[in-house]
Amino acid sequence: MSNELGLKVKPVTGISPEDEARVADWINTEEYKQKNFARQALVVNPAHACQPLGAELCAHGFAETLPLVHGSQGCASYYRSTLNRHFREPAPAVSSAMSEDGAVFGGQNNLHEALENAIALYKPKMIAVFTSCMPEIIGDDVSAFIKNARQKGCVPPGFLVPHANTPSFTGSHVHGYDSMLVAILQTLTEGKAIEGRCTGKLNFLAGFDANTGNYREYKRIFSEFGIPFTFLADISEVFDSPNDGTYRTYPGGTPLDDAADSINGKATLSVAPYATSKTLVWIKEQYAGQHVSLPMPLGIARTDALLLKLSELFGKPVPASLKAERGRAVDAVTDAHQYMHGKRFAVYGDPDSLVGFVAFLLEMGASPAHVLCSKGSKKLERELQTLLDGSLYGKTGKIYMNRDLWHLRSLLMTEPVDAIIGDTHGKFAARDAKIPLFRFGFPIFDRVNLHRRPIIGYQGVINMVTEICNKFIDVKDETCEDRFFEMMR
Amino acid sequence: MSEVTIKKVDGITRESTQAMIDRTLEIYPEKAKGKRAPHLAPNDPTATSACVKSNRKTVPGVMSARGCAYAGAKGVVWGPIRDMVHVSHGPVGCGWYSWGTRRNLMSGINGVSNFAMQMTSDFQEKDIVYGGDKKLAVLLKEVKDLFPLAKAISVLSECPVGLIGDDINAVAKRMSQELELPVIPCNCEGFRGVSQSLGHHISNDTIRDYVIETREFTEEAGPYDVALIGDYNIGGDVWSVKPLLEECGLNVKATWTGDGEIEKIAATHKVKLAIIHCYRSMNYMARVMEEKYGIPWIELNFFGPTKIRQSLRKLAERFDDRIKENVEKVIAKYDPIMQAVLDEYRPRLEGKKVMLYVGGLRPRHTVGAYEDLGMVVVGSGYEFAHGDDYERTSPEMPEATVLYDDASEYELEKFVQELKPDLVGSGIKEKYLFQKMGLPFRQMHSWDYSGPYHAYQGFPIFARDIDMAVNSPTWKLVKAPF
Repeated sequence: MSNELGLKVKPVTGISPEDEARVADWINTEEYKQKNFARQALVVNPAHACQPLGAELCAHGFAETLPLVHGSQGCASYYRSTLNRHFREPAPAVSSAMSEDGAVFGGQNNLHEALENAIALYKPKMIAVFTSCMPEIIGDDVSAFIKNARQKGCVPPGFLVPHANTPSFTGSHVHGYDSMLVAILQTLTEGKAIEGRCTGKLNFLAGFDANTGNYREYKRIFSEFGIPFTFLADISEVFDSPNDGTYRTYPGGTPLDDAADSINGKATLSVAPYATSKTLVWIKEQYAGQHVSLPMPLGIARTDALLLKLSELFGKPVPASLKAERGRAVDAVTDAHQYMHGKRFAVYGDPDSLVGFVAFLLEMGASPAHVLCSKGSKKLERELQTLLDGSLYGKTGKIYMNRDLWHLRSLLMTEPVDAIIGDTHGKFAARDAKIPLFRFGFPIFDRVNLHRRPIIGYQGVINMVTEICNKFIDVKDETCEDRFFEMMR
Repeated sequence: MSEVTIKKVDGITRESTQAMIDRTLEIYPEKAKGKRAPHLAPNDPTATSACVKSNRKTVPGVMSARGCAYAGAKGVVWGPIRDMVHVSHGPVGCGWYSWGTRRNLMSGINGVSNFAMQMTSDFQEKDIVYGGDKKLAVLLKEVKDLFPLAKAISVLSECPVGLIGDDINAVAKRMSQELELPVIPCNCEGFRGVSQSLGHHISNDTIRDYVIETREFTEEAGPYDVALIGDYNIGGDVWSVKPLLEECGLNVKATWTGDGEIEKIAATHKVKLAIIHCYRSMNYMARVMEEKYGIPWIELNFFGPTKIRQSLRKLAERFDDRIKENVEKVIAKYDPIMQAVLDEYRPRLEGKKVMLYVGGLRPRHTVGAYEDLGMVVVGSGYEFAHGDDYERTSPEMPEATVLYDDASEYELEKFVQELKPDLVGSGIKEKYLFQKMGLPFRQMHSWDYSGPYHAYQGFPIFARDIDMAVNSPTWKLVKAPF
């Protein structure tokens, strides 16, 4: 039975050290780069995951909400463990555990059983359902399944079960976040719009942002202004919960009533135009008040824009405390600029943060040389190009849309840079290129507590500049000749 | 199994354990309760069959820790083979989640002679509609072009591939001839079976059908040729066991599949003995090799000095006096080193209670290592075991301690609340839940980013890590003084 491929039986030869050395050199060449960039079908080390991961992150951002993956059991374990590893926190979520018979009969029974069991065991106030590949391919009608579940009594009357279709074969985790968010808001706000009512609050959308420090920073900024707000959705307490000896299944998240009332808000502001685009379209049609979309506030100028917009929307001056903070951040960057100026960076990530990293680097006088997104749009490409074109330091930058980290590796070898901004997955390329990797993106599997330190706002600028400049100084201290090793830097 | 020493734990009786299980099940809806009840039971060390039911469908909605067939194929069996490219065939996610997240370490140069990378066909909607076979053929050529030293390519199907009716086996066969490179199709879609276990089985069958016998060792076969099967080199385990076997005078011709080389795996039908660590994931090929090539196999446990010693002597029985003498020398050499480890850690760990919930071989094989440290295992269970795993577990576990199969998070939480262990050893999904309770925890799938834990090199690290977890002063900070 063996050898079904009909290949000739050969001796064990292994890989010779000569071949290994030859190919190791070859993959660093321009010739290899050309070959690598000619790939049509093979994707190697992509910097994005699939939709349901984003959907789960979003669902966790609502209070007492249990994410439910409708699909194979293994999918849920993959998403959960990704979030566990990044945050080093629990990520309770359930699955409808579809198997082979589901492929034949559909997943309705599985979903019904899952809803009934999950409600009994984990007592959520809301279950957010999203799909992985299997139900999408066999054509499960999740909406009808949920209606039937109510009729059958698997779900108590009035219990909320928003659902989103998040097939893994379109978009990325960023799109799944968006689809889940709009589905949850549609469910929560149904019938809640009250003519003439205004909560006086800001609805704030951060998109797929897996840095709990950022959420806390946004909240601090709103508090300094005295602006009441509703975060849509707030993962900060969920994925940065205190250790006090008690495990809580739902340690935080946006209260469902607040989210429901968000439709009567004074203003809705998104700092994730790419990760909340679908949600924003719907909000513009349905929500009271003003609707504004700003870029993610990475760097001084983009933080300024956020503060000015908040000031304008709520008729409040920028508080003196934030003005002073701005001054301190500017002081930090001017003090440190010499360690970053002219440095060349490779940058990759999700669209919203990628745009922000490029803007931040340009602001510092550094050059984003390779700008790569493994799941991006024409719109993103244009925005990035405009950014690069608008700065002296962007002139040498090139954009690589829908390329992966194996492409990036070729770029690092043929057109070297000083550092990479990305996520943990960039560490192999960084090691090969012998340059530092700054883990500002998602996920971070190999460093502790970085998801807790904000990178947005003025404090975020200080954090990023400190991390980057000190690392460059470390590198200098570790690699310079003895005669250039000195006390001061 | 006839010489089982019955171990007992103070305060744990069949009645107390059954009562705990009953209390835990109270909350379940009737149907789910009926499904879960047979998977939970007090241990009977003398049982002739498994105490709990296993390898059944996961109950929807209960929060199982299980993975899928693809995870068993990619993550467990195929992924660790270092000199071949493993293609996650389908959408981008599965390969991305399983990229570098098992800690099956490997030698070689990344992208040159080892391929611990995420290679995928990244299915888009059009591939679902029109099928992915053509794309796969192009992709395979690109793999050969860009990674010329890869000795083979595995094509690991994700859910959509089987659902849309692609024929990866035909593509693999055609492209193998065209590329003169083994292209091994593995129909391990995640919806198949009930857990990662079927993925192991499918992968074993694939090795049987496509790999074994396709290579021959160039050197002459010897009387001490063995293969190490079912060791995945988590945190470097193979790099601890292999030198130990070599120190005993054996010749380790192939490792399956930790730090594995596909050609050596393909030539394994010529060894004299197969040494199995993870019975669950590799017993299928062990049986095939026994039936087809007459290669006997032996299941060994290399966790903790007691089990290592027993295992080495059991192993020596299969060989001549030369090996027997070597083994005694090796044991004599390491015994004092191990004793020093025990002298250091055992006083700090004596009597501490452990609960385990893992997979593969760990829920039974690590029991002895904890006992070497003076600890007591008060509960154990598997994510994806079969009856024969539980048969092997019962004699290792103390009388009446709780066994749980495919435990839900709710059940684990309840058992931990009632049994109050000093340490929980389980996976990443469980880790932070228990740490929030202020409970010491070690990830026992991945050795919690440490290791190796196998054999004599591993035990001092294991002991240090367990002591570190249980006795870290940080746990004392959990309760605020106000």
